Amino acid sequence: MDWGSLHTILGGVNKHSTSIGKIWLTVLFIFRIMILVVAAERVWGDEQDDFVCNTLQPGCKNVCYDHFFPISHIRLWALQLIFVSTPALLVAMHVAYRRHEKKRQFRKGDKKCEYKDIEEIRSQRFRIEGSLWWTYTSSIFFRLIFEAVFMYAFYFMYDGFRMPRLMKCNAWPCPNTVDCFVSRPTEKTVFTIFMIAVSSICILLNVAELCYLLTKFFLRRSKKAGNAKHHPNHENKEETKQNEMNELISDSCQNTVIGFSSS
Amino acid sequence: MNWAGLYAVLSGVNRHSTAIGRIWLSVIFIFRIMVLVVAAESVWGDEKSAFTCNTQQPGCNSVCYDHFFPISHIRLWALQLILVTTPALLVAMHVAYQQHQEKKLLMMTGHGDAKHLEEVKKHKIRIAGSLWWTYVFSVVFRLLFEAVFMYIFYMIYPGYQMVRLVKCEAYPCPNTVDCFVSRPTEKTIFTVFMLVTSSICIVLNMAELVYLVVRACARRGRRNSNPSSGKGSFYGHKLSEYKQNEINQLLTEQDGSLKDMLRRNPGLQEKGDRCSAC
Repeated sequence: MDWGSLHTILGGVNKHSTSIGKIWLTVLFIFRIMILVVAAERVWGDEQDDFVCNTLQPGCKNVCYDHFFPISHIRLWALQLIFVSTPALLVAMHVAYRRHEKKRQFRKGDKKCEYKDIEEIRSQRFRIEGSLWWTYTSSIFFRLIFEAVFMYAFYFMYDGFRMPRLMKCNAWPCPNTVDCFVSRPTEKTVFTIFMIAVSSICILLNVAELCYLLTKFFLRRSKKAGNAKHHPNHENKEETKQNEMNELISDSCQNTVIGFSSS
Repeated sequence: MNWAGLYAVLSGVNRHSTAIGRIWLSVIFIFRIMVLVVAAESVWGDEKSAFTCNTQQPGCNSVCYDHFFPISHIRLWALQLILVTTPALLVAMHVAYQQHQEKKLLMMTGHGDAKHLEEVKKHKIRIAGSLWWTYVFSVVFRLLFEAVFMYIFYMIYPGYQMVRLVKCEAYPCPNTVDCFVSRPTEKTIFTVFMLVTSSICIVLNMAELVYLVVRACARRGRRNSNPSSGKGSFYGHKLSEYKQNEINQLLTEQDGSLKDMLRRNPGLQEKGDRCSAC
């Protein structure tokens, strides 16, 4: 179970996302997960081995490293990416639930005859409206919260986003104050800033998607209100005609069955 | 065979689980197995090489490490995850057995063609009867394994917190020696994280157990108040299901041929009597 499996799981969710959601997913996988796996992990790979303190006192290096790096950047990013991508699974679960309900209706032999067969239900794309809209919006909201929380945690733990070259440590068992040197500080700063920038882009995309969904919701509501004013029956002429035709066809279905069973 | 292989095996079980069971499976794979593979293994990767003791005595390092870490957290978690996910295979085996019985029944009653056999594989089996008991046992075993491992963790590493310094006096260390653990804070964070997800999984399992029991009681109550409905045997019920499926299929086929007829003879569109077969 690794990032590839997560990609497979979330690829399915992609079908039911808005276009901004699809862009967000692409940015997540290419500019964050892939950079993490392909580049950042190498940069932080020797973070403890090459963390050198100016002392021969055994244990001082371990303690100083632990004091300045309570949790490594790489692990924080990994956790952030896992938490940020999982709200999309709420949407996947909701879509699966809807599909299941439609399949049940179809199997009961519902007179609507909406779908030709079960395969069509499986491949159908649901519109983001009704309860699915609420699930989708909540998932974006949670994504935003997780992104913000992790960015704050980063800033809080590492006093800004810069990796210092030298740290002065006086935790026991280090004798007095000891100079400790971090490995590859500039490269780490570059990657930290890169990941923060991409994280901000993802936050912007999420905010844009939220605005887009809200706008669509209000537009749809005003259209429905407008329709209700002009057509108080809540049905326009086309819908009525279509309903009649559907009824005729389903009744003819039944007539033919009688015809075949009697012959 | 690795975690991806386990994922492939258990995804099949997912189909026959309850909704809570599917959530549990997602939590296991994303928040426990994935975090273990992607993050925790690299935190514990240098646990022995970076375990430093304040001595130059050869062998002291190894002996002290072995004394304080009889089994590494990572291995304990891997064992826990494997044992906790495998009871679901009992359910998979029972479902496979039921499907095999259904196929035999189909062949006996003359519906043994490829289409019907495929349908047996595709349709979802209800959690009722003996399958209910198997499912409940699998959930109980899961709960037991989770609880046992959490207890073992607590016994071996009291308090769930990784200490920075351990004092060791095992032979061949001279007197008492200070030994320093690598990355204790990061290890504590991940230990607490895994503990929290383990508790969430325990809660989900208990909720699933309660749900199954309530469902069974409700079903029994319905059967008692309506004694004519549930009397048929499992196989009798299956036979009537197949008959109904055949009728549905005939209806859809005729619908297709009807649309052809309507296109050719639009005058056929008349309202008539209600069909008695529906």
